[in-house]
Formats: sequence, structure tokens, C-alpha cells
Amino acid sequence: MKILVFMKQVPDTAAPISVKDNQVDASKIDKYAASPYDEYALEQALQIKDKAADTKITLVTLGPARVREMIMQGLAMGADDAVIIKHEPAKHGELVEPNDLDGLAVANVLAAAAKKIGYDLIYTGTKGVDDDQGWVGIAMGELLGLPLVAGARSTEVSGGTARVLRDVEGGKEKLEVSLPALITSSQATEPRYPTLKGIMGAKRKPVLEWDIASLGVAADALASRVERVALDMPPGRQAGRLLLGEPNDQVQELVRLLREQAKVI
Amino acid sequence: MSNHILVVAETSDGRFTSITYQVLGEVARLAGLSLSKGGGAVEVVVLGSGVHTAADLGALGASKIYVADDPSFAKPDAALVAPTVLALIKRTQPEAVFMGATALGMGLAPRLATHLQCALTSDCTAFAMEDGQIRVTRPVYGGRAVAVYQPKKLPLIATLRQNAFAPAAANGAMAASVEALTVVPAQNAVKVVETTKSAVGKIGLNEANIVVTGGRGMQGPDNFALVEELASVLGAATGATRAVVDAGWRPYGEQVGQTGKTVSPSLYVAAGVSGAMQHLVGMKTSKVIVAINKDPEAPIFKVADYGIVGDALKVLPALTAEMKKLKEQG
Ligand SMILES: Cc1cc2nc3c(=O)[nH]c(=O)nc-3n(C[C@H](O)[C@H](O)[C@H](O)COP(=O)(O)OP(=O)(O)OC[C@H]3O[C@@H](n4cnc5c(N)ncnc54)[C@H](O)[C@@H]3O)c2cc1C
Ligand SMILES: Nc1ncnc2c1ncn2[C@@H]1O[C@H](COP(=O)(O)O)[C@@H](O)[C@H]1O
Repeated sequence: MKILVFMKQVPDTAAPISVKDNQVDASKIDKYAASPYDEYALEQALQIKDKAADTKITLVTLGPARVREMIMQGLAMGADDAVIIKHEPAKHGELVEPNDLDGLAVANVLAAAAKKIGYDLIYTGTKGVDDDQGWVGIAMGELLGLPLVAGARSTEVSGGTARVLRDVEGGKEKLEVSLPALITSSQATEPRYPTLKGIMGAKRKPVLEWDIASLGVAADALASRVERVALDMPPGRQAGRLLLGEPNDQVQELVRLLREQAKVI
Repeated sequence: MSNHILVVAETSDGRFTSITYQVLGEVARLAGLSLSKGGGAVEVVVLGSGVHTAADLGALGASKIYVADDPSFAKPDAALVAPTVLALIKRTQPEAVFMGATALGMGLAPRLATHLQCALTSDCTAFAMEDGQIRVTRPVYGGRAVAVYQPKKLPLIATLRQNAFAPAAANGAMAASVEALTVVPAQNAVKVVETTKSAVGKIGLNEANIVVTGGRGMQGPDNFALVEELASVLGAATGATRAVVDAGWRPYGEQVGQTGKTVSPSLYVAAGVSGAMQHLVGMKTSKVIVAINKDPEAPIFKVADYGIVGDALKVLPALTAEMKKLKEQG
């Protein structure tokens, strides 16, 4: 079985984002990592491979040169090989806008790559935690005409069918879908850490580099349908009042403030 | 392209969900803004099974209501409803299509945008009209920045963040015409083989007006009874940090934060939560934040309106008792 896992590299989730001239100041981003949902996607794929050794996992990403670090990490975790589709985003003066393609443009490129590589099952994250659109995975599913399960937490595969478990509002669902299919992951058990052996082995795994042009995607498929016209910092929150003392006094004061000052209860 | 906005209404057990009223409220406001420039109408497509109340939407500003009533829409699924909504959009050519950023909306919007090859903005928190152009505000980088977008290719497909918009108010009975839609069958079906309801989280996190969240400072899964008791007195939903979800103390459905849910209730109570960046991005747009933490230096206090420095295991029961007293006094 052949599984593709689509991963996007984003600024680390713990890092503050600084904004300058309506752009992300990329010079202030010191750490990038795979979008957390994409790590979950990879973990789910690896769990399938744990049970069926003839499973082959290919990582696919579209991004600038720095994405290689994320790919090496994924290979060290246990993926078999990878394709990097090279895309250096446009520069605005000194600032680099990491997301100069919209979701549909990215999906058009990634769907073309998926066709070229071949697959039984495709994994994406539910969203990239940079522009937070949650567009690419579903768009790719539609472009490839695949049945799609969104928000999976675990998957089992047997006999051409994937059984997916997911959390929904107020409970859980078990779904069945026949392959080929596309699954977007929103959680999993904690993604595994690479072992030392995995890290050493990753260096020998094949990593192909492709150009967008080589995928034959039409120019208008790459044109953005939505444009970001401004970027700002979110309104800050002021630290409020600290209530000290004994629990009973603290909660009486709190309840009074919530009723009389904040008026929320 | 016609100068109207289409709203995708969601129903549950035949009734409109709270987010549907919020979407309608915002769309009615926007339609009012563009009315000065030659008319903007609100049309609604209702997806569900056994829908009776559709015509009532007229009072909320809708001029035309399309009803897609089908047993398969009892629990609307994005893949199932997409072809029907898509056919309607192609026929009526709205300028924009608005829906809630719910599981349905987040699945439906990208499908529509893909087939229409048009603009999409997810989880939006504000809209404005500027020179006859719509501008969309939405948080990016998990709320660490806020971006404004402009569609370049219409229609604009937008999902609206829950609790970010005021619900529509009835303004007298306007006559709305109702049209029944033929359901367009969907391909690529996915079969639901089992549904289990979880005992916890009786009130949905996203809709809740009050959320009580416990973190690792609760010390263990059994102590979450204290979180549940306070939530029950307040009529609140219960939340959790990723640390306690990963530890298996609470279900993932309760996780608030970057890799969980984003909530903005009017009151958020965080007990034994340190306030890591990944947690803060999921709750810091709450109207009022209360933090209970034994460490006065905990980062959660930097965003809290009211902070109680103390042991959550003692403070929560005291707070529950105080709230009970208040309730009994009426
Ligand atoms: C990619 C990524 C995504 C993530 N996504 C999320 C997410 O979606 N949501 C999320 O929450 N986290 C997320 N995290 C994890 C996040 O970084 C923190 O680790 C997590 O939020 C910490 O949870 P906590 O506050 O419960 O635990 P801790 O950080 O361990 O804090 C416990 C707090 O409890 C206090 N305490 C201890 N005992 C008591 C007591 N008796 N009474 C009162 N206070 C007490 C302590 O002072 C401390 O402040 C993510 C991390 C990564 C790397
Ligand atoms: N540049 C990219 N390279 C590889 N996968 C991507 C890329 N952008 C998005 N994806 C995939 O699509 C999902 C949704 O992304 P987004 O629409 O950007 O929120 C991500 O979780 C990834 O799995």
C-alpha cells in the first residue's frame, strides 16, 4: 500500500509573530516546524505501517529550501521517501511572505504531484497553523475526486477499506471508506520521536526535488483568488486584578466582581 | 453576478442552530450597508430533514429561502450537501456565500471554492464594506496576528467564527418566498458505521457562553469532578489543556488551544492552567477570563481579568458553593 502524507512547514507554535509593514517579519522567526496536524497525519500513517510492513509512506511538501529540515525529521520518524516541490515565496522589500499562494493554488500543485507519484491513501492535516484556512486538504480531495474523511484521530486499513475513528461534537464516530481516499487528521496519539537509528537511516532515504513547472499546472490555477491586504497584531489583553487571601474571601470577591464589574453572571 | 448573499443555514433536530442566527445577523448588517449602493438581498438555503420553520427566516431579513429537505440531511455532512448547494450557487449567482465555521461549514466551504475556483476565507471574525468592496478580517497564525483579505474572484465563500457575531434580531414579518430544492446526489460516499455519545461535554464547547477549563494543576483525572461541578452550576461547558488530554485525563473534544478548539465565551475560567502560548491562542478572545493558579508568576495571569492565586482544589469547591448560594438567592 502506498500512502502520501502532505506536510507544511510553519513557524513554531510557541514563537510570537511580529508584523512589519503589513507583512510577517520572517527575520524574527527563529524556528520552523511541521504544522502540528501534519505531524498527527504522519503518526497515523506510521501506525498503519507498524502493522503492515509492505506500506510505503512518501512525504510531500511545497515550500522553500528550509523545508528540508522538516522532511528529514519525518523520514527519521519512519517515512520511506519524500518529494519537495520547490517554491521560494515572493519577497516584499526585506520581508518574505511565507504564504503567497492561496489554498486552491497549492492544492492544484499538490494534486498534480499526487497523480504523478500515485497513491492508495492520502493524508493531510486539517489546517496549516499559519494562515489557518483549512483549505488545501479538502480542495485536493475534490480535485482528485476522492472520498474524504475530515478530522480523523486513527485509521485502520484492511482489504481496500479504511476504518476511521474521529471525534465529533458530543461523541465519537467510526466511518468506513473504500480506497483510494483522502483523510485529514486533527489528532492522534502523541507523534513519535525519531530514534537514533531513524535519524541515521533518514540520510540514506531518497528525497526528490521537483519544480512547479514540471508538474504542468496551468498559470491561472496558480493565480490567487483572495488577496491579503493588511496584517496587524491582535489587540493585546491587559493583566487584570490578582485576588489574594483565603479561598473563601477570594471567591466572594471574585463573584462580586463578576456580577457588578464584569456583569457576566 | 447578482447582488445578494447566500446564507447556508444549519439545523439540528429541525431547528436552526445558534451560529445560523449569528451568520444571519452579520449578513443582514452587510446587506444593509450595500443597500445604499443599489440593493443587497439575503437569501438562505436550509439543509435538514423535517424543517418546518424556514419561512420564519423572513423576519430575520431573508427575502428568499431555499429548502433542501431530505432524510439524508438529518445530520448534514459537507460531502453530502455540497452538490445541492453548488447547483444553487451556479443557478442564482450570489456575490458571497456565508456559513458558520462549524464542522459542516469548514468541510463545505473549501468544496464550494474548489468547484467555483473562487475566493475562500475561513473562520472570519469581522466584515466591512469599503468602496463597494467587501473586506474580511480573520485571525492567522493561531491568533498571533490578524489579517484583512479582499476577494479577487467572486463569489466569496466565507465561514464565520462561532460567537464572534451578534445574532439576527427579528424586525417584523417580512414576506419571504420559499422554494423547495431538488437534492443533487453526492458521489464518493463515506459510511458512518457507529456513533457513540460521550458522557462528558453535554454543552458544546463552541456554543457555550461559559467555559470552565482544568489543566495539569488539577493533579489527576478524579479531581475534574470539581471542574464539572462548577460547570454544572454555571451552565458551562468543560474544557481541558492538551497536557491533560495527552495524559488521558480528558477527551480530545474538550481540548482548547492551537490543536484543539478556539472558544470565545463571555466567561472563561482556567484552573491549574499555566497559560502556554498554544493554549492562550484558543481562549484569549474570551470576554472575561478568570485564572486560578498557585503560581503568581504563571503566564495565564497576564491575560486574566481576575486572577486567584491559590490551590485550585480548594478554590473550585469554594467557588461552586458561592455560585450555588447565589443561585438559591435567585
Ligand atoms: C504543537 C503544539 C500544539 C499544542 N497545542 C495545544 C493546545 O491545543 N492546547 C493546549 O492547552 N496546549 C497545547 N500545547 C501544549 C502547551 O504547550 C502546554 O504544554 C500545555 O498547554 C500545558 O498544559 P497545562 O497548563 O495543563 O499544564 P502545565 O503547563 O504543566 O501547567 C500546570 C499549571 O498548574 C499550576 N498548578 C499546579 N498545581 C496547582 C494547584 N493545586 N492549584 C492551582 N494551580 C496549580 C502550575 O503552577 C502550572 O502553572 C501544544 C504544544 C505544542 C508543541
Ligand atoms: N505547502 C504545502 N505543502 C504540503 N502540504 C500542504 C501545504 N499547504 C497545505 N498542505 C496540506 O494541507 C493541509 C491544510 O492546509 P491549509 O489549507 O493551508 O490550512 C495541511 O495540514 C497540509 O497537510
